[in-house]
Amino acid sequence: MNISLNTTSLNRRRFLGVLGVGASVSALTACGISGETAFGTGAQGGPIIVGSADFPESQIIAEIYAAALNQRGISAETRPAIGAREAYIGALQEGSVGVVPDYSGNLLLYFDAQSTAVTAEEIIAALPQALGETLAALKPSTAENKDSMVITSQTAEEFGLRSLDDLSEHNRQLVLGAPPEFAERGYGLPGLEKNYGFTPQSFEPINDGGGPLTVKALLDDQVQIVDLFSTDPAIIANDLVVLEDPKNNFLPQQVLPVINGELVSYAAAQVLDEVSAVLTTEDLIALNTRVSGEEKANPATAAQDWVAENL
Amino acid sequence: MNIFESTAAWFTAEGTWAGAGGIIQRTTEHLGYSALVIILAALIAFPLGLLVGHTGKGENLVVALTGALRALPTLGLLTLFALWLGLGLTAPIAALVILAISPLLAGVYAGIAAVDPITVDAARAQGMTEWQILSRVEIPLALPLIFGGIRNAALQVIATVTIVAYINLGGLGRFLIDGLAVRDYSRMVGAVLLVAALALLVDLLLAGLQRLTTPAGTS
Repeated sequence: MNISLNTTSLNRRRFLGVLGVGASVSALTACGISGETAFGTGAQGGPIIVGSADFPESQIIAEIYAAALNQRGISAETRPAIGAREAYIGALQEGSVGVVPDYSGNLLLYFDAQSTAVTAEEIIAALPQALGETLAALKPSTAENKDSMVITSQTAEEFGLRSLDDLSEHNRQLVLGAPPEFAERGYGLPGLEKNYGFTPQSFEPINDGGGPLTVKALLDDQVQIVDLFSTDPAIIANDLVVLEDPKNNFLPQQVLPVINGELVSYAAAQVLDEVSAVLTTEDLIALNTRVSGEEKANPATAAQDWVAENL
Repeated sequence: MNIFESTAAWFTAEGTWAGAGGIIQRTTEHLGYSALVIILAALIAFPLGLLVGHTGKGENLVVALTGALRALPTLGLLTLFALWLGLGLTAPIAALVILAISPLLAGVYAGIAAVDPITVDAARAQGMTEWQILSRVEIPLALPLIFGGIRNAALQVIATVTIVAYINLGGLGRFLIDGLAVRDYSRMVGAVLLVAALALLVDLLLAGLQRLTTPAGTS
């Protein structure tokens, strides 16, 4: 719905590409010469290149996009761990990759720091204009990876907490642990105070970005509320409760594919839409657990298993 | 505004010095943690160093131990201990004590071991007990090296106590870690200057104390 391109001519080019250039690319690759060195950007006629940011979850999603495209007969390969958003959006704009997975809220703020969109719908509606001519955001999935306030199931039961709205009745009773910037950022203590009228008993800075120290402090009851990413495997592993955020204090961060419209055919976009229609936050937690947990599965393997099961 | 001007602005801003989380409170915390670490490390390093220096037994062990302790990354130890012991004072203090033991032990052991054996034998020939030899002859003569160890340890500890702010503790490291988290570089530069000034000041005080306590002719 968000792509506006002349798909017929692209389809034909892609079709020819698959027959002709694509074949010679794979022949050259077999001889040890990669497609992109032989043909400049390579993506023009060869397989769709799916890039990713330099953290495991982004690589997993990129592998899912590539595996889904391949399963539907559209040749795709991945270019993992390109870097931070500046790097992979740059690669997308210059055409060295055709697709990257991204998160809706942060993607919008990257292009429009002044944006006032707060709900998931407003963000998706604001994206086409912010992204400009070359880039387009495809349909978002329900999968989300964002800052979220997490408590233990015991705390949830004891204080009757399900949503951030319930916190105001327990002002100054609960200790909050989060990275130091949480004390000053708009979504942090100031946001909780403004949107939900909640002030913790104290704020304990823990500088490991929602890592094992934060989880241990929560499980030891040294703090009662922590800031974790919503796709953190620790949430399911420890039966933790994510407090609902009805007032969107934390900007929604839906996973969606961002494409360079000149490099991705309509058929390919439809396959990516298919992925987004079924990808959930729980799926991401399970995939993260396989890749970053004890199994240490290869992102590509975990992604292929997911595609085989879900598409 | 360049970084020097913005740092100066940070130093002069209202609320930077006094009150909760101000420089005065953070400096007091910083000195408190440092003193605690050095006292605990001294309780371990001094007896061990005196024993090994006096008897000459276990020298190889001490040399290997001080070398190995120096190589341990303190931030890594802090994380390891905090995962084991949870948040609070114990984990970071334990990590820092391990850092401080090495220079203290080296100073005490080397100071005692460097005392001329002829002097020690002369004391023994006069009928001094082993304890008297240690306390009246060896320790006074070893004081310059012992003080060297203390000053070395103090310098390292004051600089490294900043890492306790990695978890939920105070000290001047709070400005460094919080400043980095919100990209407030003037706050970070301010913290660096304060830590450096504090380390130099404490070293100066210890140098003065050393002059007052060292017997004439030994340094």
